[in-house]
Parts: sequence; structure tokens; C-alpha cells
Amino acid sequence: MSITPFLLMSSILFLLGLYIVCTRTNAIGFLLGIELMLNAANVNFAAFAKFHGREIDGQIFAIFVIALAACESVIALAIVLSMYRQYRSIGTENAEGMKN
Amino acid sequence: MNQFIQTHLWLIPTLPLVGVILNGVPTAAGFKLPRWYVYLIGCGSVFLSFCMGLGVWWVLKSMGVHESAEASLAFVNTLWSWMSIGSLNVNLAFLADPLSCVMVLVVTGVGFLIHVYSTGYMREDKDYARFFTYMNLFCFMMLTLVLADNILLLFVGWEGVGLCSYLLISFWYEQTPNASAGMKAFVVNRIGDFGLMIGLLLLFWTLFKLGQPTLNFVELKGAVTSLQGVHVLGVSVITLICIFLFIGATGKSAQIPLYVWLPDAMAGPTPVSALIHAATMVTAGVYLIVRMNFLFSLSPVALAIIATVGAFTAILGAIIGFAQNDIKKVLAYSTVSQLGYMFLALGAGAFSAGIFHLVTHAFFKACLFLGSGSVILAMHHEQDIRYMGGLRKYMPVTFLTFFLSTIAISGIAPFSGFFSKDEILWQVFARGAENRWYIFLWALGLTGAAGTAFYMMRLVVMTFFGKLRVRDGLDGHHGHNGLGGKGGTPKEQPWNVTVPLVVLAALAVVGGFLNVPYIINSLFGGHSTGILNHWLSSVVPHEAVHEVHAIEWVLMVVSVLVALAFMAIGYRVYTQRLEWVRSFVAKYSKFYQAVLNKFYVDEIYDKVIVQSVLNFRLACAWFDTTVIDALVNLTGKFTIYYSVVVGWFDNLFVDGAVNGVAVATNKSGFNLKKIQSGKIQHYAYVIVVGVVVVMVVRILV
Repeated sequence: MSITPFLLMSSILFLLGLYIVCTRTNAIGFLLGIELMLNAANVNFAAFAKFHGREIDGQIFAIFVIALAACESVIALAIVLSMYRQYRSIGTENAEGMKN
Repeated sequence: MNQFIQTHLWLIPTLPLVGVILNGVPTAAGFKLPRWYVYLIGCGSVFLSFCMGLGVWWVLKSMGVHESAEASLAFVNTLWSWMSIGSLNVNLAFLADPLSCVMVLVVTGVGFLIHVYSTGYMREDKDYARFFTYMNLFCFMMLTLVLADNILLLFVGWEGVGLCSYLLISFWYEQTPNASAGMKAFVVNRIGDFGLMIGLLLLFWTLFKLGQPTLNFVELKGAVTSLQGVHVLGVSVITLICIFLFIGATGKSAQIPLYVWLPDAMAGPTPVSALIHAATMVTAGVYLIVRMNFLFSLSPVALAIIATVGAFTAILGAIIGFAQNDIKKVLAYSTVSQLGYMFLALGAGAFSAGIFHLVTHAFFKACLFLGSGSVILAMHHEQDIRYMGGLRKYMPVTFLTFFLSTIAISGIAPFSGFFSKDEILWQVFARGAENRWYIFLWALGLTGAAGTAFYMMRLVVMTFFGKLRVRDGLDGHHGHNGLGGKGGTPKEQPWNVTVPLVVLAALAVVGGFLNVPYIINSLFGGHSTGILNHWLSSVVPHEAVHEVHAIEWVLMVVSVLVALAFMAIGYRVYTQRLEWVRSFVAKYSKFYQAVLNKFYVDEIYDKVIVQSVLNFRLACAWFDTTVIDALVNLTGKFTIYYSVVVGWFDNLFVDGAVNGVAVATNKSGFNLKKIQSGKIQHYAYVIVVGVVVVMVVRILV
């Protein structure tokens, strides 16, 4: 089997995650989309590692990514928490302080 | 000592200049200088110049005047190069030759005597410092004139003496007539100067064209022969130059038609009249022509014109002098007349006779003027001879000197006037052999001599003989009320006034022996032709005389007899037969009025010339205000219209462009602002679009 289905699947996942990021107004949903994009990138790593190069490299990299994703989620949730404290809601339409 | 004098010739004009500075600068700064200081500096500077003049004479004599006539009997003292422009090279240099030596001695000698006289005449005037300053300035200018070695420096002196004449005539400028007289003198002089300038320029220009550009007298003597045959506008250029130079001389030396300033110049103090208008300045014209005799000798036409003008001036001066009642005006017209004689001599080619008459005239005319000043002082500024008389008893010294000078001016032998006037008349008559016209001029000259004798005797009789006719009138005005309303008798003046009179009278008596003509010398066995003729022989053309014409004796005797006769007639008429005068005046009253009013020449000049000039001035003023100012205002209006147009353009386009840029920036900014929505989704969306674009570009390019 070739690498193509894996790449296809990871790109579909990525694009879905992108779509969620661009359209969701719920802050938690926004974060879910980001997680999805990260995981798509992980699948890409693993696929490339299996078919071109040593398997182990890609997998280790994926583990790194997961750890980073976790940290970044923590921070993101902290931001969401302070946003809730500010606005009593987690809709992204509230965070328009940077508007002209 | 010879060396010293040759290198220090410049001292002669400079010493009076030093006197000007020493007297004038403190006075101008406001200091009141003591009288003795002013007198000492004023008289002393001229005296020192006289001594140097004597030294020059000594040096020239030792250079050998008795040797050949063509020796260059001169030395030049060059101070520095004044102008060196292209081919015009003019130096500030002084030339001492026999002619300028004679002039220097006359100017400084007679000038010194007049300065001494002035210390007496101006003793009650508070402006004595200014007077002596101006007198010294005049001496400086006149000495520059006579010592100049080129015609341009002569012109400087020429103008300078004109200035000093103006300053001194209007010395008492607080009275308007005096100031006007000074102005008249200066303006009329200026007209003559214009002629002189044209002559000078024409001379240089023509010489330059011929390749011999020079204004130096010594060089000119050789250069002018190349001018012969050159014609400008159809007239020989030599004749033209001579005529223009003569016009300058008529202005300065009061000949027809520019003599009108001299009688008015009597408004100045009497020493001024004596020095400037008798002895020195008015002789500048004569000096110029004698200095340029080599040029004039080449043009018989010009010489004839000069002689004619001179003769007619001599007659005119005599006629007008008959009827004048102001003592100084009679002497003024007499001066005009005698100057006419000098020019008559020059016109007949007798240059040294003209100079001789200049010298003797300086003696007796200065004596006459100073004598009249003495009379005026004694009569407390009364000047009308109708209100004098009998002064012989009160002022014997003045009378004697005045009378001796009168005899001299009338031409009675053996006084000086006889020798000089007779020489002139003889030379004119002798010239008549070639040109009949000169006989006519000789007749005019003889008539003028008769007239001179008559009116001078009239003057003497009315002033000094008979009874004192003091003017009545109690208006208390100084000078309008005979003897200043103080009454009393006129008294002789102090020594500073009488001693110069005596010296000048003595010179007038014996001065003739400077130039005894050959014809008389031959009686005593001598063969020479007169000391002055011999002295000037290297400067003026001189014909050796070796034979005596009988007719010369006849003329001499005739002229003496005529002069004596008219003197006697004048004496008789004015002492005993006054009714003849009255009946003559009554019978020919119109003619008498015309003569008394100087033939209305001044009035004619006023109407014809002065009014025209003033009308021209009005025309120019009208032109200036109406035409020129209108043009200027029009230009102003156009500038305003133009500025309006430019302003509109500036407002609409330039400001529009600038504002447009601002507006565009504003609007675009406003619209671009909208990208910043503040919504995170939009930002994420834009990031994605950007990534896609980059990738597409990377793949395609």
C-alpha cells in the first residue's frame, strides 16, 4: 500500500479542523478544531515515518507534538477562563477589543 | 638750490592748499581762530609761493633765456601718473617755462598784495577765517591752472577757480542778490566750460585717430602739425578746436556773449573783485590761448574770430561803462573792455603783447579796485559815485594811487598801460597789411581807448573832485544813508590798505619798462625787443624786428594824443560843464536808458534762454508725472491682476492636489480599517488565505 491514503486522510482532517477554527463561535469548539489540526499533522508524521525513513523518528515526533498540544491546551483554557470571567460567556464574538 | 626748485615745483600750488587746511578745517569744525593766525597763514602761504616763483624765475634765467629761442626752456616736476587708460596718459605734473613763470609771479605777487589789503578791508567782518580760506583755495586752483603740464590738469584748475569765484562772490550769502550773483557767475562759466570740454575732447579724439594721443603741452606742440588738413563735418578740425577752446575762454574771461556774469560779480567783497575779476581768474582764458598758441597759429580763421570778438567786447564794455553809477560796476565793465584788448592782441597773433597787457592790467586794475574798496570803506559802504565827491582832500593816498592807475589804463606814456596797449594796437594795425579787416578792428580798438580815457576820468572826477555830495535820507540803513548816518568825514584807511595801493600804483607806473618795444629801444641805441618779448620767445612765435616803420611812430603819437585829449575832455565836462551831460542825457534819453540798462542783454538772455530752460524743466516735470508715473501705475495694476490669476491657480490646483492626497489617504485608511474586525475567526481565515496564496505562487513560479 502507498502513502497516499494516509496523506489524504491527514489533509482531510486538517481541513476539517481548519473549518472548525474558522467558523465556530464557541471558544471550546475553537480549541477542538486546533486539536484536530494538530492530530492531523501527527498522522502525517507517522505516515511519512513508516514509508520514507525510520518508523521510530516519526512516532517520537508525534509524542512530542502531543505533549506540546497538552501544554498549549492548558494555556488556551486559561485564556478561555479569563475570557469567561470578563464576559460571562465564551462566545468569540465578545473578544473584539482589537476592532478598529 | 636749482635742484631743489626743479624738484619742488609742486610746492607753489601746495602752499596755499596747506593754508586752506590750516585755516579751513578748524573753522569748519567750529573753532574761532584768532585774527593774527588767520592773517599770517593766509598771507604767508601766498608769500612763500611768491618766493618760490622768484626761485623758478632765477632757475629759468640761469638756464639761459638769452640763448637760442628753440631751446626747450622748461622743466617739469611730475608727481605721479594720474590716469593711464589705454592710450591716455595724464600725469599730475607741473611745467615751469617762461610763460607759466610770468603767470605765477603775477598771481602770487598781486595775490599777496591783495591778501595784505584784505586784512585791512575785512577787519570788521566776522567771517574773516572763511574769507582767507576761500582766497587761499583760489590761489591753489589758479596756480594749478597756470602750472599744469597737460590740458586736463589745467581744466581741473579751470573748474576750481570757477568754484572759488562762486564761493567768494556769494561770500555774504545772507543777502539773496549776492547768492544769485554767485550762481549766475557759476552757471555762465559752466556754459563756457562745456565749450572747452568739447574742444579738449575733439583735440584728443582727432590726435588719437592719427595715432598720436597726448594731452601734454610739450608733446602737443609737435603733435598738432599732424592735424592740418583733417576735416570734421567739412570744417578744418583745427579751427573747430580753436573755436571751442575760445568759447571756454569767453566764459572765463568775460567776452561776448558770456560777459554778463562779471558786473554782477561785483556783489562780492572788493578784494575778491580785485584778485579774481581783474588780475587773475579772468586772465585764465588769455593764458589758455597763449599756452596753445602753436595750435591757434595754424588757423587764421579762428584768430580772426578771436580778434573780432575781442574788439567788439572792448567797445561794448567801454560804452556801457560810460553810464554806470556804481564805482565797482564802472571798473567791472572796464575789465571786460581791457580783456577784449587782450583777446584782440591774441587774435592778431601778438601773443606776448597779450601777456604783457595781462601783466600791466593786473597792476593797474588791481590798484583801481583796491582804491575803490578804500573809498567804499571810507564812505561806509556807499558805492554810488553820484553821492561821492571831493575825496581828494580826505584821502590823498587813495586819490594819488587811483589817479596814477587811471593814467596808466588810459595809455599815457610812459606809464605801463601805454606800452602794452600801444603794442597791441600796433600789432593789430600791422596785421591789417595782410587782412584789411584788422584795420577796422584797430579803429575799434582806438575808439575804445578814447572811451576808456573818458569814462575813467569821469569816474575819478565824480569820486575825488568837487564837493562831497552826501546822500540824504534817514532810513538808517547802513549804506543807504550816506556815511552810515554817522556823518563825519571820510578818512584815509590804515596801512594794510594803503601800502598795497602804493606798491601796485608804483608797478603800474614803471611796469611798462618790462617790455619796451624795439622802436623806442632803437632811439637809445639798443637792439633788443623788450624784456618780456625776449623772455617769452621760446614759448610764443616771435618775429625778430630789425627795422622801424614810420607809421609806427605816427600811431603811437596818435594814440597818446587821443587818450590825453579824451582825459582832458572828461575832466572838463565833469568838473565844469555838467549841463552838457544833462542835456545829452535829456536829448538822447532812450539811448541813455539803453546804455544804463546794459542794452537789456541780461533781460534778453533771461527771456530767450533762461525761460526756455525753465519751461523745458516744466515740460519734463509734466512728462514725468503724466507719462512715466502712469506707466509705473499701470505696471502696478498689471502685477495685481496677474497675482490674482496666479492665486486662483494656486488655490484650485495646487491646494487641490495637496488636499486630494490627504483625502485619499483618509478614505483609504478608513476603508482599510475595516479589516480589523476584532473577530478571531476573521483573522484565522485570513491566515489560511495567505498560506494558500503563498503555496500557489510557489508552485506556479
